[in-house]
Amino acid sequence: MSDTVTLGPPSGRPVRQCLAGLWQNSGMLVVLLVLVAGAAAFVPNFASLVNFKGLALMVATVGIIACTMLLCLASGDFDLSVGSVVAMSGVMAAVVVNATGSVPLGIAAGLAAGALVGLVNGTVIAVLGVNALITTLATMQIVRGVSYIVSQGKAIGVREEGFYALGNTAWPRFDGYFPTLSVTYHAGFPWVQWSFGFAYGDMSIPTPVWIMLGCFVFFGLLLNWTTFGRNTLAIGGNAEASRLAGIAVARTKIVIFTLQGLVAGFAGVILASRMTSGQPTTGQGLELQVISACVLGGVSLTGGVGTMLGVVVGVLIMGTAQNAMNLCRIPPFYQYVASGGILLAAVLIDRLKQRRSR
Amino acid sequence: MADPGACYLEFRGVSKSFPGVRALEDVTFGVREGSVHALVGENGAGKSTLLKVLSGVYRPDAGALLLAGQPQTFRGAAEALHAGVAVIYQELHLVPPLSVAENLYLGHLPSRLGWVRGRRLQEDARARLAALGEAIDPRATVGSLSIGQRQMVEIAKALARDARVIAFDEPTSSLSSREADRLFDVMRRLRDDGRVILYVSHRLEEVFGVCDAATVLRDGRHIRTFPTLEGVDRDGLVRAMVGRSISDVFHHEPCPPGAVALEVEGLMGPGLARPASFTLREGEVVGCFGLVGAGRTELVRLIYGAARATTGTVKVGGRPVRIRGPRDAIRAGLVACPEDRKKEGIIPIRSVLENLNLSRRRHLSTLGFIINERRERASARRQVEQLSIKTPSLAQRIMNLSGGNQQKVVLARWLGGQVKVLLLDEPTRGIDVGAKSEIYAIIHDLARRGVAVLVVSSELPEVLGISDRLLVMREGAIAAALERGEATAEKVLSLALPVAPEPKREASA
Repeated sequence: MSDTVTLGPPSGRPVRQCLAGLWQNSGMLVVLLVLVAGAAAFVPNFASLVNFKGLALMVATVGIIACTMLLCLASGDFDLSVGSVVAMSGVMAAVVVNATGSVPLGIAAGLAAGALVGLVNGTVIAVLGVNALITTLATMQIVRGVSYIVSQGKAIGVREEGFYALGNTAWPRFDGYFPTLSVTYHAGFPWVQWSFGFAYGDMSIPTPVWIMLGCFVFFGLLLNWTTFGRNTLAIGGNAEASRLAGIAVARTKIVIFTLQGLVAGFAGVILASRMTSGQPTTGQGLELQVISACVLGGVSLTGGVGTMLGVVVGVLIMGTAQNAMNLCRIPPFYQYVASGGILLAAVLIDRLKQRRSR
Repeated sequence: MADPGACYLEFRGVSKSFPGVRALEDVTFGVREGSVHALVGENGAGKSTLLKVLSGVYRPDAGALLLAGQPQTFRGAAEALHAGVAVIYQELHLVPPLSVAENLYLGHLPSRLGWVRGRRLQEDARARLAALGEAIDPRATVGSLSIGQRQMVEIAKALARDARVIAFDEPTSSLSSREADRLFDVMRRLRDDGRVILYVSHRLEEVFGVCDAATVLRDGRHIRTFPTLEGVDRDGLVRAMVGRSISDVFHHEPCPPGAVALEVEGLMGPGLARPASFTLREGEVVGCFGLVGAGRTELVRLIYGAARATTGTVKVGGRPVRIRGPRDAIRAGLVACPEDRKKEGIIPIRSVLENLNLSRRRHLSTLGFIINERRERASARRQVEQLSIKTPSLAQRIMNLSGGNQQKVVLARWLGGQVKVLLLDEPTRGIDVGAKSEIYAIIHDLARRGVAVLVVSSELPEVLGISDRLLVMREGAIAAALERGEATAEKVLSLALPVAPEPKREASA
């Protein structure tokens, strides 16, 4: 009995094998790299550090929520309520800040509201045994309604300027000339020309991006290096076997959903801070973007499989595609079609890959 | 029907093997036209496999199936049905939300240009059911019928396909006695029509009541065919069903049992017909035998907290334990390995390492929540070595292991912990002979270390061989507790077989 496995024939072309291995193990990473290379080569203004910073800021909300959605999907459940929670937490924070004049109190209210929704979701799903899809479909609508009721359907501007800090500060502040690859198109041959240069820009990293990075690290560690994370994957792999093996399935699920609510609430507060107001209409369809990002990252919808690295890749694929389309001035209506197409294509590629490896 | 005594259906040297198991070995016998022929044997004797060969689900490795002297090769149930062979299984193959008429003609609905001819469908269905003496509304959905009525629909469905051979697999297990009597009437009528009826049942009284002939299978082999049941008594049949020597694989030196480790009293819950009470002592291996559906699995699940008991107490080491779920049981040192390994035992898509450490991750972690990879690997490697689990690596997904090795992983979870009582539900089901004896060795090793072990099994020689004491279950209750000396195969099987026309519960679906 050996403890190692050797895969494939020992001889052959090492480079090709290496590439095949990369494709087999991290296909989505390959897709991301191809996408980035393609965008860099053909989309004007894409390949610059300053644009990458903007891209990171754009995906911050999805990225933060994807961290806990990963836990949720890994345990074999869904959460559709996150988009509504983002809106409600933002509204709550705005209302409380305006009413009390205290920024920390407002932020706390936003987080608490989110966590409460998550706790309710988790309890209904784990204790009462209602299907997660149905439960969160219901709370999605309830929570959206509550955010409209509380805000009376209008955006609530926050007067306290301290509240803007969360979403609009950046650190460390530094600007200067940064490398850029510029792409120019010509009427005649060669149609595309590239030139490498430096352009002036602000490269301070915005706070939401730091928070997203922090979430990636924290939840990545939580999933891989704690008993909680391993139990989550076990539950997703086989809930009944996990229960019979003595894992506290119900408790774990409640914690997962509460974390999901808390983090979605946090994302909502950050978004409100960036917009300097709590808006009841934000986050529509966000839940599907988040789930798409996770699926692009190879997280299984049936549970038991998922990595944080995959989710980061998934978030970046979505962000890159969206950013490139924005730079190409593709109208948003067409962007929906493209996003859906990318998701479908990614999943199909994965399917084909699995079929071949069998 | 030229020759009324001829064997219409014949099995000639039929053999079928699965990895590690010889399910059927050179089975040869014939069934006459116009007779009801019983097929009896213990659990695992090969009856179900034979039925599946008959219905085309399995293809025999060797030998042939003959209809009217013509060898048949069925490539699937559809072809068997086309040749006039219908098998009616325990779990009926009907579609509950559809109507009776639609079910009867499922797959060949009368149609014109693709449109279903509704009226004709109804009339045909009504006529078919009337021929069986049933007044079931063909428009009713199957889901609204009782089990007995559904069975009639199933029979009518077989007749609609013009089946010459109709095999029944334990048809009365969920019927009331009145419904069963109706079924027997129909069977006799079909026999008088000249059809061939094959009847599989554990209820010997029914066999004597309705069958003309009987064939006994044991260990996948044909033991004897009684061309007539006149002059044959229950004991004679039971002897033919059992009569085998118990191999040395199971040999076990009983150790002096210690203090009472588990005390179950008046435990009652779903799946049991009467409250169950028994005790297990330290260092004792107690077998629990029963036929399929006797409530063995249910009993284990109730003790362990996998299902909630309605009444009763469970004491571990003399102390009463309140068990609301498996976690409470585990904390008290009462652990179990479930019956259905794939569904309840393993996490198929996770690694061997994770599956091994599933129940004691906290114990192996740093500060109670940080995974300590080194310690997890060391512990897992030790267990892989101890139980000689064959796996290419600890990172291998457990679903790629053989059944025996999967079972060892599930067992390994509970070794080394503070286990006082171990409940094993069918620990050797579907695994090969080599792995079986290794698992027996593990069980006895645990017993020597003072663990009380309950082994539920439907293999008679297995329970007889490994246990110091034996519980026999029948129809949802513990029928008897036997000491090792007094437990003989005949006695155990005879206790496990349902007793004659006891007042049965009215079945309502």
